[in-house]
Amino acid sequence: MGQDFTSSLRPAFAMTILFALLLGILYPLAMTGVGQTIFPDQANGSLVRDAGGRVVGSALIGQAFASPGYFHGRPSAAGKGYDGLASSGSNLGPASQALADRVRADVDAGRSPTPADLVTASASGLDPHISLEAALVQVARVAAARGMPEEQARDLVERAVERPMLGFLGTPHVNVLAVNRALDALRP
Amino acid sequence: MTIQGWILILAFTGILLALAKPMGLWLFALYEGRRTPVHAVFAPVERGFYRLSGIDPAAEQGWRRYAVHMLVFNIALALCTYALLRLQNVLPGNPQAFRAVAPPLAFNTAISFTANTNWQSYAGESTMSNLSQMLALTLHNFLSAATGIALAFALFRGFARRSAGTIGNFWADVTRITLYLLLPLSIALAVFYMASGVPQTLAGSIDAATLEGGRQTIALGPVASQEAIKLLGTNGGGFFNANSAHPFENPTALTNFVQMVSILVIGLGLAFAFGKAVGNTRQGWAILAAMTILFLAGTGLTYWAEAAGNPILHQLGVPGGNMEGKEVRFGIAASALYAVVTTAASCGAVNAMHDSFTALGGLVPLFNMQLGEVVIGGVGAGIYGFLLFAILAVFVAGLMVGRTPEYVGKKIEAREVKLAVLAIAILPLIILSFTALASVTAAGLAGPLNKGPHGFSEILYAFTSAVANNGSAFAGLSANTPFYNGLLGIAMWIGRFFIIVPMLAIAGSLAAKTYTPAGAGSFPTTGGLWIGLLVGIILILGGLTFLPSLALGPIADHLAMIHGQLS
Repeated sequence: MGQDFTSSLRPAFAMTILFALLLGILYPLAMTGVGQTIFPDQANGSLVRDAGGRVVGSALIGQAFASPGYFHGRPSAAGKGYDGLASSGSNLGPASQALADRVRADVDAGRSPTPADLVTASASGLDPHISLEAALVQVARVAAARGMPEEQARDLVERAVERPMLGFLGTPHVNVLAVNRALDALRP
Repeated sequence: MTIQGWILILAFTGILLALAKPMGLWLFALYEGRRTPVHAVFAPVERGFYRLSGIDPAAEQGWRRYAVHMLVFNIALALCTYALLRLQNVLPGNPQAFRAVAPPLAFNTAISFTANTNWQSYAGESTMSNLSQMLALTLHNFLSAATGIALAFALFRGFARRSAGTIGNFWADVTRITLYLLLPLSIALAVFYMASGVPQTLAGSIDAATLEGGRQTIALGPVASQEAIKLLGTNGGGFFNANSAHPFENPTALTNFVQMVSILVIGLGLAFAFGKAVGNTRQGWAILAAMTILFLAGTGLTYWAEAAGNPILHQLGVPGGNMEGKEVRFGIAASALYAVVTTAASCGAVNAMHDSFTALGGLVPLFNMQLGEVVIGGVGAGIYGFLLFAILAVFVAGLMVGRTPEYVGKKIEAREVKLAVLAIAILPLIILSFTALASVTAAGLAGPLNKGPHGFSEILYAFTSAVANNGSAFAGLSANTPFYNGLLGIAMWIGRFFIIVPMLAIAGSLAAKTYTPAGAGSFPTTGGLWIGLLVGIILILGGLTFLPSLALGPIADHLAMIHGQLS
C-alpha cells in the first residue's frame, strides 16, 4: 500500500499540471480564437444594435417590456426581472401559495383562458420568446396603444413566428425583442 | 401530450440506440489501447505527457494500485481547485472583479466538480471568474468524466480477464479517454454550439440600452468550450445559474436535442463496449434493453404529468400543461425529456426548473437518481453501477435455482456479493440519514424556499442529487450555507469514492478467477427473463428503500396539488 501511494505522487502532480494547461487553458483559448474568427457575432453574445450602433440587447436574451405599445414577455424571476447577471426561475412548487397568488394577479380577468406561458415564470428568467397564442392575445392592446390597425399588428406577429424545426423540434414562438423592434420600425 | 412530443421522444430514443454501436466500438478501441483516427493528431501529446510524468503506460496495475493512483490524482485535483477558487481575486482572467470564493463554498465546489456531480451552491455569473470557469471547472469536467470511464474499463477487465492479477493502467486509461474521445468530440461540439449562438469570449459582460430606456447588463464568457464537455462528460455544472435553460447555454431546440444526445451517448456506448469486452455483444444489448425500458417508462410518466398540468392554475383560468419554470423554445415535451435524460445519467444539467415541475413530474427525476442512475447512467458510473445490480440479480437468480451464480463466465461468490451490497447500500444510507438530519435541525430547515411537503422534497432532492453525483437541484433550496455546503460536500465525496473502491475490489477479485463456461444449469443472462429480473431487482431495491421518503415528499405534494391545498 505504501509503495502504491509513493509511486502515485509524481504522475498525479505532473498530470494535474499538464492536463490543466491543455484542457483548462489551451482548449478554451483555442475555441475562443475559433469563435472570434469564424462566428464573431454569436461568440460575442448575438448583440442587437440600433441604427447608431448602440447595443440595445441580445437576440437571445429577453428584456423587460411594460408599456402597452409593446408586446410583453413572460414573468421573470431573474433579479428584479430580466437581470442579465442573475438568471433564475421562480422555483415555486406546484401547490405553492405564492405561485397561485402571482398567477391570479397576472391573469387578465376579462380575458379567459390565458395562454400559460404569459403568466408563468420562465426557467432562466431571460426567456426571449413567447408562444404564438401569447403574442396574438396582445395584438389588440398593442394596436390600440399605437393607433394602428389590428390587422397590421397581427400581420407583424405572423411574419415573426419561428416554427419548429423538422416539425417536432420546439414549439411555434415569437422573439419579443425582434417583434417589438419591427413595431418601432413600422410605426415609431 | 401531443404527436410532436412523442415523435421527439421516439426520434431521440432511436438516434441514441443507433449511436450505441459506433460509440461502443470507439470506446472498445480505447479499452484495448488500439489506434483510432484521431491518434494522428494527439498521439505526440500522449507520449509527451507520459515522458514528463514518468509513466509507463504498459505497466499493468493491480486493483489496489489502480485505486490508490486514481484517488491521489482526484485529491490533487480537488486541492488545486480549492486553492484556485480561494485565490481567484488576485489571479488574472477576472474581468468581473469577483471576490475570492468563501471557504465553505470553495470546499463544496472543489468536491462537487471532482466527484462528477457539479452541484452548484452558487450562481456562476455572479461568483466565478472566467479563469475559474476554465481552469478549475472545465478541467474537472474532462477529468472526472475520464476517471469514470477508466473505472468502467477496469471493471470490464475484471470480467474479461482470466486468472489475472491486474486490471489495466489508470494513467493510460485516463489519458487515452481524454485525448482520443472527450477532447476531439468537445472541440466539434463547441464549434457547433458557437455557430448556434453560444458565446465564447474572454469578456465578462456587456451593457445594453433597452427599447424602453432601461439598462441591461448581460453576462458573457467562455461558455461554449465548457458547455461541450459539461454534457458529454455528464457533469452538468452550468456556466450560468439557470444552466441549460439559459439562452446562452442552450439557444435553440436543436442545441437542446444535441445536448440530450451528448448526455447519454457515452453511457450507452459503454454498455455495448461491455458486451464486446466479454466477447458477447448480446450481453451488452440485454443491458441496453433493460435500461431502455426503465427510461421510456420514466419519460412517459413525466411527460404525461407535465402535459396534464397543474389543476390549481387551471382553476385560475390558465389551461394546459405546466409552463412554470420552462422555456418557450423547448416546450413541455423537450423539457420533460431533458429532465429524465439528465437524471438517467448522472448529468444534472437542466433546461427547466425541476422545483417547479408538477409533483409527479418531479418525482421521476428524483426516483431515477435514487435508483443509482443506472438507467443508462453517467459516463462510467452508469455502467459500473448497473453491473453491481447485475451481480445482485444473478445472486438472486442463483438462490432461486440453487446453484452458484455466474455472470459472463465468472463465478459470483460471497466476496463479490458482499462488496456489491456494500456499494449499493451507501446510496440509501447517506441520502436518508442526511435528509433526516437536515429535516430536524434549524440550519437544515432554514434551506427550503417552499413550505409543506414540497419543502421536504427540496431537501430530499438535494441529498439524493449529491450522493448520486447528479448535481441537479430543486433549486429553491438555499444551499450556500456552511451547513449545506459542508454536508453536501461530504455526501458527494462518499457517493463517488465509497462506491468506486468496493467496485474496484470486485474488479480485482473477478480478474483473478478462471473462466467458467456456461452450462445447462447456468441462468442465461441475455434473454427476456434476465431483462425482467434485472428491471425487477432495480425497482424493488429502489422502491422499497425510498418509498417512505417519496410518500412524505412528492406524493403528499401531489395530493395537495390535486385537492388545491396551498402551502
